[in-house]
Amino acid sequence: MQIDAKGMYYRDLNQLILKAAESGEEELILNNVNGQRYIASNLDKKLRIVINGVPGNDLAAFMNGSEIIVNANGQDAIGNTMNDGLIVVHGHAGDTVGYGMRNGKIYVRDNVGYRVGIHMKEYQDSVPVLIIGGTAGRFLGEYMAGGILIVLGLNRKSNEPLTGDYLGTGMHGGVIYLREKPEKDILGKEVAVFDADDNDYAKIMPFLEEYCEYFNYDVQEILKQPFYKLLPVSKRPYGRLYAY
Amino acid sequence: MIGTFPRIPSGCAISGMINKKGQCMTGEAIIQSIALMHDRSNGLGGGFAAYGIYPRFKEHYALHMLYNSEKDRLATEEYLKDKFVIDMSEPIPTRNVPNITDAPLVWRYFLKVDPKALSEQENQVDETDYVVAAVMHINNCIEGAFVMSSGKNMGAFKGVGYPEDIGRFFRLEEYEGYIWIAHGRFPTNTPGWWGGAHPFCLLDWSVVHNGEISSYGINKRYLEMFGYKCELQTDTEVVSYLVDLMHRKQGIPLEIACKVLAAPLWKDIDKMEPDQKELFTALRQVYGSALLNGPFSFIIANSRAMIGLNDRIKLRPMTVGVKDDMVYMASEESAIREICPDLDDVWIAKGGEAIIAELEEGVEV
Amino acid sequence: MNYLMPEFLVQVDHERCRRCKLCVNNCGFEALDFKERVVSDDSKCVACHRCVLVCPERAINVVKNPVAFKESYHWNVEHIKNIYKQAATGGKLLTATGNEKPYKSYFDHLVLDACQVTNPSIDPLREPMELRTYLGSKPDKVEIVKENGKYKLKTKMPPQVKLETPIVFAAMSYGAISLNAHKALAAAAKECGILYNTGEGGLHRDLYEYADHTIVQVASGRFGIDREYLNKGVMVEIKIGQGAKPGIGGHLPGEKVDEEVSQTRRIPVGSDAISPAPHHDIYSIEDLSQLIYAIKEATNYQKPVCVKIAAVHNVAAIASGIARAGADVIYIDGFRGGTGATPATIRDHVGIPIEMALAAVDDRLRSEGIRNRVSIIASGGIRSSADMIKAIALGADAVGIGTAALIAIGCQMCQKCHTGRCSWGIATQRPERVRVLKPEKAKEQLVNLVRSWSLELKEILGALGVNAVESLRGSRERLRGIGLNQIELEILGVKPVGR
Repeated sequence: MQIDAKGMYYRDLNQLILKAAESGEEELILNNVNGQRYIASNLDKKLRIVINGVPGNDLAAFMNGSEIIVNANGQDAIGNTMNDGLIVVHGHAGDTVGYGMRNGKIYVRDNVGYRVGIHMKEYQDSVPVLIIGGTAGRFLGEYMAGGILIVLGLNRKSNEPLTGDYLGTGMHGGVIYLREKPEKDILGKEVAVFDADDNDYAKIMPFLEEYCEYFNYDVQEILKQPFYKLLPVSKRPYGRLYAY
Repeated sequence: MIGTFPRIPSGCAISGMINKKGQCMTGEAIIQSIALMHDRSNGLGGGFAAYGIYPRFKEHYALHMLYNSEKDRLATEEYLKDKFVIDMSEPIPTRNVPNITDAPLVWRYFLKVDPKALSEQENQVDETDYVVAAVMHINNCIEGAFVMSSGKNMGAFKGVGYPEDIGRFFRLEEYEGYIWIAHGRFPTNTPGWWGGAHPFCLLDWSVVHNGEISSYGINKRYLEMFGYKCELQTDTEVVSYLVDLMHRKQGIPLEIACKVLAAPLWKDIDKMEPDQKELFTALRQVYGSALLNGPFSFIIANSRAMIGLNDRIKLRPMTVGVKDDMVYMASEESAIREICPDLDDVWIAKGGEAIIAELEEGVEV
Repeated sequence: MNYLMPEFLVQVDHERCRRCKLCVNNCGFEALDFKERVVSDDSKCVACHRCVLVCPERAINVVKNPVAFKESYHWNVEHIKNIYKQAATGGKLLTATGNEKPYKSYFDHLVLDACQVTNPSIDPLREPMELRTYLGSKPDKVEIVKENGKYKLKTKMPPQVKLETPIVFAAMSYGAISLNAHKALAAAAKECGILYNTGEGGLHRDLYEYADHTIVQVASGRFGIDREYLNKGVMVEIKIGQGAKPGIGGHLPGEKVDEEVSQTRRIPVGSDAISPAPHHDIYSIEDLSQLIYAIKEATNYQKPVCVKIAAVHNVAAIASGIARAGADVIYIDGFRGGTGATPATIRDHVGIPIEMALAAVDDRLRSEGIRNRVSIIASGGIRSSADMIKAIALGADAVGIGTAALIAIGCQMCQKCHTGRCSWGIATQRPERVRVLKPEKAKEQLVNLVRSWSLELKEILGALGVNAVESLRGSRERLRGIGLNQIELEILGVKPVGR
């Protein structure tokens, strides 16, 4: 089913989507989307939504299992506190992508803004995955408590750093994989850099393969550069902060 | 006229566009752009500034005024006659818009400074200082009168309402300008005061701002040392005054002034080459009180440039788009796409890095 | 008959006591003796707690003498006792530390703001939070030139001294306090990236290595001052006065002037070290300017010159004069400021609170447009990071801490520094007492204190939604007054709570 979202207010659009989902639609194509907020935030049904145009802030906030394909850039707070599902962005994305993400996957083709993956968390077999094809701004993985964050740095301009500084600041769980060794002085004080080992490659391989399928990359090309991983060095890095 | 309310925090939407060749565009596009971000404001403030709109009077200071009453208008005109040569005065054209109520009187004046009046000043002041002093005087000393803008060949149009309604109220689609900036405001209470809407303007400067300046207290006290009076109920005016102080009065390049407002972190300064380290250390030492701290993204314009700036840890959003000679900046990419779907380039601004879009060299406006 | 009854009683639990005599050996005041068992002369006890804390058996306690006087609000015990003392001796009441009277503490009537919704608070642990502060005169503007496409600084900046956190250790002279105390302060200043202050007693050679973290003081006694001394610090401070004793000089008794102190102060062993009440080359503001420039000349204009004054009624005008006289830094010491010795009448009844003085000075300098020309250090009873933070919001660039620093290294505030008997090895030159203060351990305690306060400052900045201390400095908008009258609020430049 197709919906022309041109000039449509976000509440009307999201109601239409909800109705379509309830009537058993499995795939929706939204055309002429521009700035409508909260798309797919109201869905519990598993629905595939293709968005043509720039969706507004809080795309898929609290989303619970749907699949979203964005054929444009995304704005801020994509996948905010998302519970499950898949988001694929054929472009760049803004700040705080995946804030507090609990499960599911977000694949962004190009760059992302500040504080992406902030406070992603995992619990038992809910392990969120966020892959960034380009570069990331400052404070990537801030407070990260779980999940997997991968930055590939593909098609980078020369001199463009893979990530900003304060990388993994406050990180206390999960893992960040980088396809380049980060300079020590950009790291948050809670993390350390390690070489990725075979287990790591085995762990990220299925996600990389899926990512490459969406964006037409050759996974072997991507694997030609080694990965490094960032891990929190302590689950409780703030030992000497308090006096009693 | 100064507000009787304490300072009001507010959230917001901002949008701006410039044609680097100085080609003029009507106000239609900027209205559409800011209207798209309707939900970022709450109907308690909207406004625009436009450059290049008064080619017939481009050597005049265009004073855009808000008046509570005819009496206030007459009092202000008395003052203006005394200080300036008024070559033209008229009500700013408006139309009835259902959502815009309780509008004050809106007037504009095209003024020149009488060289004789200037030379009679006690202290040697230049013309711009003279105009600034007059603006400060009206805003602070004339009850019921407020200067919306005071630059040449530009003007601000603002009020209480959603920005798209304010734009229609002021018939902005009938104006043509080469720079337009716009603001939709989300103040946290109801001042019902038109002067409190953005943009804030002084001489050629106009500022629209999203976010709240947490360092307002010291920015204000700092500016007061240099004779600026910040009593307009909002933190945004400090931005225009700080830029006016550093750039116009002290001759600091705009790009460097932005590096004062959103200063590099010490840890980054420490890593710079010696001469750059020396410069940036001195800037922070001397202008520490001018650091804008807290969340902000703003667009600031003058007659030749439009500048976007985010706070140094990027607590507010800003996207930049480029298409041919046009540069767009807005709180959301969709606000740009709404008026220019096919951009040559689009990116998300970084914290503390000014985006400066200037008229090309040699372009006369 | 001596009318004075002991102020404190020493209680020894002879069951627990194992006769190790540690307490006896540790009492600087000779209040304890050993005659088959520990016995006390309660009249000598000052409640310095050294015995209580060194006793391995916890067998000693010191309590207030409960002996009752008929209660009178007006004729309270303190007045009665002081009259006894003066009737017996004919002398001025001497004491130490700072004003102890229950005057209103304005710090306790100021509360801070925090962000909610309209602007975000900032997480100080995960995001940048900058405390770096530079002391020194700043021009009103900088000039910039473009060379080869790069902007460069054209303005020649006056000398600036870097603090990694806006704290300095207040001036305490070698003589008033021990060399070990000085070593701890100097080493801690170095580790924290801040400054300590020689006080007026010259600079011991052992401390030359800390030159980059030293303020060298020039006071009216001019002890130990030569060009080498002036150049052994990063800043030179002219001490006009201090909060604990505005308007009076100092007197280090000859018995405190041992070999080392003698060498450092360049006076004979055993001779009194007198600091005159005024500098006898400063009888007027233009004379101050003359001394400031003499020091600048002697230090080749490489070091900021600070002028320290006590907070007195007319402090705002005085500070303006100091700024115009060419000082780079003004150090204002409020009436709670401490000292090693002062007449009690002066300590408790002269001067004004630092909060009011600071607010008045900052306002005055701003109204004259010269606030950039000087940095302000505020001190005089800064007890906690909260006091420090409020002082910065009122307009201070940094705060000075003296009493708090000494408490950090063991001072129990017995107020007996002037006796030179300090059991804790701080305010004494007696070798057997000085020995008990371990510089390395004391340094650690000082570093910890500065670290704690810095963490707390960051916490508050974060709550205020700013990430650099300069955004708090002078930002009185972030303060509100509670329980203050209109005029007090006006002087402090703050609104009342609720507005």
